[in-house]
Amino acid sequence: MIEPRTLPRLFAGAGKRPLSLADHEQLYKPTDNVANLINELDASGLVGRGGAAFPTIRKVQLLRHQRGHKYVVVNGMEGEPAAHKDNRLLSINPHLVLDGAEMLASMIGASRIAICVARDNPTVVNHVERAIHERARRNLRGPGIDLHTPPWRYVAGEESALVHWLDDHESLPQYRPDRPHILRIGRGPTLVDNAETCANVGLIGRYGAEWFRSLGTPRHPGSVVVSVTGAVARPQVLEVNLGSPISSILATAGADPQPQAVLLGGYGGAWLRADQIGTPYCNEALAPLSLSVGSGVVAVLPRQACGVAEAHRVVRWMAHESARQCGPCAFGLPALAEDLLTVVRGGRDGVAAIARLGDRCSVIDGRGACRHPDGVVRFVRSSIDVFSADIDNHLRGAPCAAARSSHHFLTVPALEHEEELIWE
Amino acid sequence: MGVIRRTGMFVLQVNPILCDSFGHCAELAPELVHLDEWGYPIISSEPVPMADIGAYESARYAERGCPRKALHIAKINHPRPEGPVSRGRGTV
Repeated sequence: MIEPRTLPRLFAGAGKRPLSLADHEQLYKPTDNVANLINELDASGLVGRGGAAFPTIRKVQLLRHQRGHKYVVVNGMEGEPAAHKDNRLLSINPHLVLDGAEMLASMIGASRIAICVARDNPTVVNHVERAIHERARRNLRGPGIDLHTPPWRYVAGEESALVHWLDDHESLPQYRPDRPHILRIGRGPTLVDNAETCANVGLIGRYGAEWFRSLGTPRHPGSVVVSVTGAVARPQVLEVNLGSPISSILATAGADPQPQAVLLGGYGGAWLRADQIGTPYCNEALAPLSLSVGSGVVAVLPRQACGVAEAHRVVRWMAHESARQCGPCAFGLPALAEDLLTVVRGGRDGVAAIARLGDRCSVIDGRGACRHPDGVVRFVRSSIDVFSADIDNHLRGAPCAAARSSHHFLTVPALEHEEELIWE
Repeated sequence: MGVIRRTGMFVLQVNPILCDSFGHCAELAPELVHLDEWGYPIISSEPVPMADIGAYESARYAERGCPRKALHIAKINHPRPEGPVSRGRGTV
């Protein structure tokens, strides 16, 4: 039993190897008599941890009233290159995630669970495979669990792309004009939840809503797993109380205490200014600054880095990760990256590029099938806004020293050749 | 052939996955669609009253004329916003 008001919750079993089923049930408690799951989930106010912060109960209510052969999909794809939370969670305690998935399945009446981990993380795949075998041996009642290993792509973790992969082995987002839209595998309605969300459901099912709400803020309760990268001694994954100041998260991670800016919510997120790092880390406090917790990425940019150059690298990679299905994304994002490069080089072309960037951002915004281009637009707008002083220097022909440096703080995977990208 | 009352609003929507920037829509429905620098349609998400027969006809032309069948007209039937709006009538 985990006491209320204490951390760690999700990481309670952290050790050298993942918890076995017996250890897991000793640490938490067996899930034999869970009653009133739906009411508890409703009262808990849990919101999804994948990035959109959508209330989990609303998805469950929507799927509950559907008919057919239903599925629960656990999204452990970890699309963000800066995030490591799903991998960490699944390598500490895969059983907690699977418990939550089984509870979700019982709530909506699903007959199968699909847990998806990118095949580029063979260790995590092994851990999850072993956990599934362990549960099968114990012959736990409930729906069958399958492990799926789609290829890793940024957009492959997007829910409609993931369901598309499960349905047809193509990691491409689908067009969904009317929301809420019910995703389907074959004809079966499908509930997609992030691995961390599932783990939280596993806790709420055991200990109840009141226990869950003992941490966090009223509108954004619970704890959250944060990946701190950038100007830190060592990239870290921490479980923190929602609503604790961002400066304290940076201090715990051993990050640069006086950064230039902090990127929140991943590469589709936005920058927090240095003078705002006392803000509580929860959507309630971040929403007025048009920021969000997103997928729990906190990337620290130190004073000596060039924000525009970092933004260009990120946008270039994000443009490369476009699924190239929709024109505004396939052509617009490379154009944004090109403009940012012009700004980094500075001079008279840069002045034109800044004006063009603003126009192109408003042209691209909201015109893809998925939210990938919208995220890049948010990131570009925020970069222009937060690094405006640096951009002025670049345009005056006096770029910062870091603009020519080959040392970068935001990690971006190597660009692959377009023909070598694997989507299936 | 009956007389139908044109009430409600419509929005022309494009499926960006199907769209291949043929650009026929911008010629068939110039009042609703214009093209971006890469030739993909930008369509206002503002609902247009059905009573605007010219716009609706253009939208239908665009919908039919799209070589990729990427356009469709979404009808919105929720109660119209405040203020008296002229109820157009038309024969089909």
